[in-house]
Amino acid sequence: MKTTTKATAFYNVFERKGGPHKETTHYCPGCGHGNVHKMIAEAMDDLGINDKTVFVSPVGCSVFGYYYFDCGNFQAAHGRAPAVATGIKRANPDSVVISYQGDGDLAAIGTAETLHAANRGENITVFFVNNAIYGMTGGQMAPTTLIEQKTATTPRGRVESEHGNPIKMAEIISTLPAATYVERVAIGNSKHIMKARKAIRKALKNQVENRGYSFVEILSVCPTGWKMDSPDARDWLTDQMIEAFPLGVYKDESSEREDGWYRDVKPFVPAELNKYFGVNAEADVAPVDLKKDLFCKFAGFGGQGILTMGLFLAQIGMRADHNVSWIPAYGPEMRGGTANCSVNVSNKRIGTPLVERPNVMVAMNLPSLEMFEKDVVDGGVILVDSGIVDKTPDTDRLDVVMIPATEIADEVGTPKVANVVMLGAMIAATDAYSLDFVSETLKVVVKKKNLIDMNLAALQRGYDFVKNGS
Amino acid sequence: MSRQFMKGNDAIVVGALQAGCRAYYGYPITPASEIAHAASLHFPALGGTFIQAESEVAAINMVYGTAGMGIRTMTASSSPGFSLKQEGMSYLAGAELPCVVVNIQRGGPGLGNIAPEQADYFQVVKGGGHGNYRLITLAPNCAQEMCDLTSKAFDLADKWRNPACILADGFIGQMMEPVEVPEAKEIPFDHSDWCVRGDAETHKNLVSSIVLEPEDLEAHNFKLHKKYLEIQESEVLFEDYKTEDADLVVVAYGITSRVVYSTIDQARELGLKVGLLRPITLWPFPSEKLAELAADGTKKFLSVELSTGQMIEDVKLAVNGKCPVELYGRCGGVVPGGEELIQRYEEIMNGKPISDGGVR
Ligand SMILES: Cc1ncc(C[n+]2csc(CCOP(=O)(O)OP(=O)(O)O)c2C)c(N)n1
Ligand code: SF4
Repeated sequence: MKTTTKATAFYNVFERKGGPHKETTHYCPGCGHGNVHKMIAEAMDDLGINDKTVFVSPVGCSVFGYYYFDCGNFQAAHGRAPAVATGIKRANPDSVVISYQGDGDLAAIGTAETLHAANRGENITVFFVNNAIYGMTGGQMAPTTLIEQKTATTPRGRVESEHGNPIKMAEIISTLPAATYVERVAIGNSKHIMKARKAIRKALKNQVENRGYSFVEILSVCPTGWKMDSPDARDWLTDQMIEAFPLGVYKDESSEREDGWYRDVKPFVPAELNKYFGVNAEADVAPVDLKKDLFCKFAGFGGQGILTMGLFLAQIGMRADHNVSWIPAYGPEMRGGTANCSVNVSNKRIGTPLVERPNVMVAMNLPSLEMFEKDVVDGGVILVDSGIVDKTPDTDRLDVVMIPATEIADEVGTPKVANVVMLGAMIAATDAYSLDFVSETLKVVVKKKNLIDMNLAALQRGYDFVKNGS
Repeated sequence: MSRQFMKGNDAIVVGALQAGCRAYYGYPITPASEIAHAASLHFPALGGTFIQAESEVAAINMVYGTAGMGIRTMTASSSPGFSLKQEGMSYLAGAELPCVVVNIQRGGPGLGNIAPEQADYFQVVKGGGHGNYRLITLAPNCAQEMCDLTSKAFDLADKWRNPACILADGFIGQMMEPVEVPEAKEIPFDHSDWCVRGDAETHKNLVSSIVLEPEDLEAHNFKLHKKYLEIQESEVLFEDYKTEDADLVVVAYGITSRVVYSTIDQARELGLKVGLLRPITLWPFPSEKLAELAADGTKKFLSVELSTGQMIEDVKLAVNGKCPVELYGRCGGVVPGGEELIQRYEEIMNGKPISDGGVR
């Protein structure tokens, strides 16, 4: 169809369109999309926003919106225009983003994206062209198809009991607090068109003024899909559609929201990032020798601080400049009443982070001892919380330390530091690192600074228990 | 140099931010959620964008919007969520938009479980979405690589105007290791000729994957194909550990490559000459290297993967019938142990049938 408009936002010649007819649109004669395009282009001109406008074409008959608008253009997947528009707007909050969508696109396949963009109050403008049918795919039922309306997939007419009812998007969106402005207009006659023009302009102006999310539903015509000639189609819109979809403003908080919905972003400044992550900070490394690689399995009940104990050891190893890895039980290993983690501390590059054959094992409950004792290598160190576990491992095969860690922790002040008592005992039993080095490191890695003293006391008690038997 | 102890999943966010990624869009899913947690902490603190999207479908389309604006952006998920992104991936590839997508694989099919698996190889490496397209796919196997390869993925994505994928597994995501945070540097790419920024300079540009005329779409496909061939020629990355003199070359990536690495020296002490070939890029696949190793027909090959046999197809294509290629696959979250693997090496090298325990 031929569209005449003087708007500069609308190309005169549609160079992106294939074929010989570059001055006529791809729309059918009498189609409503052309009218709506024209009104949008006029509003863009009016507001002087052509350069900063980004128009998102949907999937539907308006998929080629980018043939026509002299602005930045995106073509989006079916139903996803509001998500794409979100990504555009968040990348440049000074752009003016238009999400132009049909009823299948906006109210069926893209319902979630539609509602959530509105619910986030994206500072974008949505133009919803409701023509009560799927135009592009050959006239199937749309979510907005009227009751009794015949379409390619409702050959006997739409019935509520089978197909549900025409969905009223303007009404639904207007219930969302973050939405700023919601209006339904039509293009049936010149009076409608005047109102539609105003609504479209307002919805764009709102965005320019950062007033937030605006939604204009435009009742439109699809003579081809409706199998009507153009005048009949306009009459059907005026008589039938408006009855089902009452026109009017459903919500308008525009006047209260100037500049309220601008979401600032900063460009990438490498120096800021480097500062934030401390890239050039001096690393806290104090290399010491590691006599023997540690392949550790720490296991117990959830809540005994088993995973934290592993983290402490790994960070001690890291500060000593050794290779370390920590991995919690994850997947099938999680079963059977044990929380456990594997820690490797090694002079060499670490292969598997999963410790299959530990040379150091801590068992803080019975199921853990029963599950993992057999895996410990001959001559390996095994430390057991003797206050909790009523069983001694094989002393012939293993270097066994029975220590009432939880009781000692209680004496120190809280059973919560039983894991650190165990850590102290483990350090002593393996002679992996000096007590001083471990204490110094704990001071750095314990997050709650008011608990440092208690942790250091617990560490000392565990260490002494192994070294001095007390 | 700042060395920090962090989870693989957190390292991804650090690598992304240091590479200049400014917007993160995602939907929570175990075992990838820490990526969203870290992103929600750091992106806004640094003036970037974080949105918890309404779905993975929405997230990938937000990525499409931001990527089309010429801004570095990413999304991350795990297997079921990654499936939902496939339509979007195809659009991104079709429109030639650079971005990074992360898949911390878990057990499937269906809801499966949250344990690690490597069964999305086909989906990621062979397509997943519709149409002729390829995803540059990087497979980190430690926290440092989660960081570094994510940064690299952004460079590759920009260089080739193509989405790039970090394909890891639950273990690599959950594991903590020291990470040296790389230095952030200016991004050496200018997208003004194609991106839309909502300004005068780019206002004639169009971001789109639609090409209506058959001849034009064919030309577009051929152009993409040529690009993919160039990527195959220039971007292959792998790690070679003692394959040169190996009688058995084990191929593994991600967590399994860590287990296999542990076994190589042990196996050699037992007199089994084994080597590890670890693809770091799964697409492009190190086919040439494998073909070279297979050329004289004297070696055997073994693909160890957390699947019932997906990567093995690429190993077989590369070996091209010159040598036998065996499979040892575990799944559902079961990871083969070192002793289990060494036993299989021994069987394969002695020409015995592989004993039960995994798929072959
Ligand atoms: C994922 C997906 N599903 C289905 C389609 C096919 N399709 C193209 S347009 C369309 C309906 C468009 O109807 P509407 O949004 O009402 O726009 P109109 O054509 O009426 O302007 C459908 C179902 C598609 N392109 N993508
Ligand atoms: S099918 Fe309907 S909506 Fe599509 S161009 Fe024709 S009249 Fe317009």
